[in-house]
Amino acid sequence: MITERDIEVFIDGIKHYFRTSTEIDIVVETPYLISADEISVNDYTGIIGISGERKGFVLVTAPTVMLRYLVLSLGEKAVTPDLVHDVIGEVANTISGNARRSFGPGFMISVPLIVQGQPERIGAAKDTNGYVIPSRWNTFPFQLVVSLQ
Amino acid sequence: MKMLIVDDSLIIRRKIEREINLPELKEIYTASNGQEAVEVFTAHEPELVTMDLTMPRMDGTECVKQLVAINPDTVILVISALADRATAIKAVKYGAYGFLCKPFTESEINEALTKCIAFSKELRG
Repeated sequence: MITERDIEVFIDGIKHYFRTSTEIDIVVETPYLISADEISVNDYTGIIGISGERKGFVLVTAPTVMLRYLVLSLGEKAVTPDLVHDVIGEVANTISGNARRSFGPGFMISVPLIVQGQPERIGAAKDTNGYVIPSRWNTFPFQLVVSLQ
Repeated sequence: MKMLIVDDSLIIRRKIEREINLPELKEIYTASNGQEAVEVFTAHEPELVTMDLTMPRMDGTECVKQLVAINPDTVILVISALADRATAIKAVKYGAYGFLCKPFTESEINEALTKCIAFSKELRG
């Protein structure tokens, strides 16, 4: 069961990531509840499995164009497919890892799984719900999805 | 002074390498997991290591233990997104000198590494 406080932890985390890394604030729109099998993803998705005291996943999904700009904002002079692939995993990893500040060391995170296009499965049980946190960075829309038991 | 950057993220390895502005660091090596880090460490014997924690093959905690066993005078700065106090304490317990939380700014990484370099010089007299 995800609480309002849990959602705030992730909203704070994603705001902190973009402000610190790119000096550009994101705009967070109203989160909404969704069934795990209804999650739609963008061009690239970074998925972090959560185990330990909480179980579920955190994913960040974004369009290629945003990730190309993000790579440049992180100081790269040129964009390569490897960097675009890598950066979405690092965003998901950082936000999930930072959540341990609130959830403690029992909130165990996996290494990122990075998917281009539609994943075959997210790995969530059929009756699992998740919260979509729609956001915009530098005008580009992207989504953070949190599903925790 | 030689430094090894260990992180499974290419963009983080490149960010650290690009943003450090410390003339003491003459040679920089990189590794993308703990297993590779042990190999590079053994081959080049860096005095300073930045270490991610969540990595495939061998995680950072195990890698810190192995590097300290090879050379206890190695100064290791853990750079991780795992932001809880217990993780930082655990890393120091296993032999890391300091902890820097991701995401970090250019000034934060340089400040942290400056302290590591000073400590490394003290260790080596």
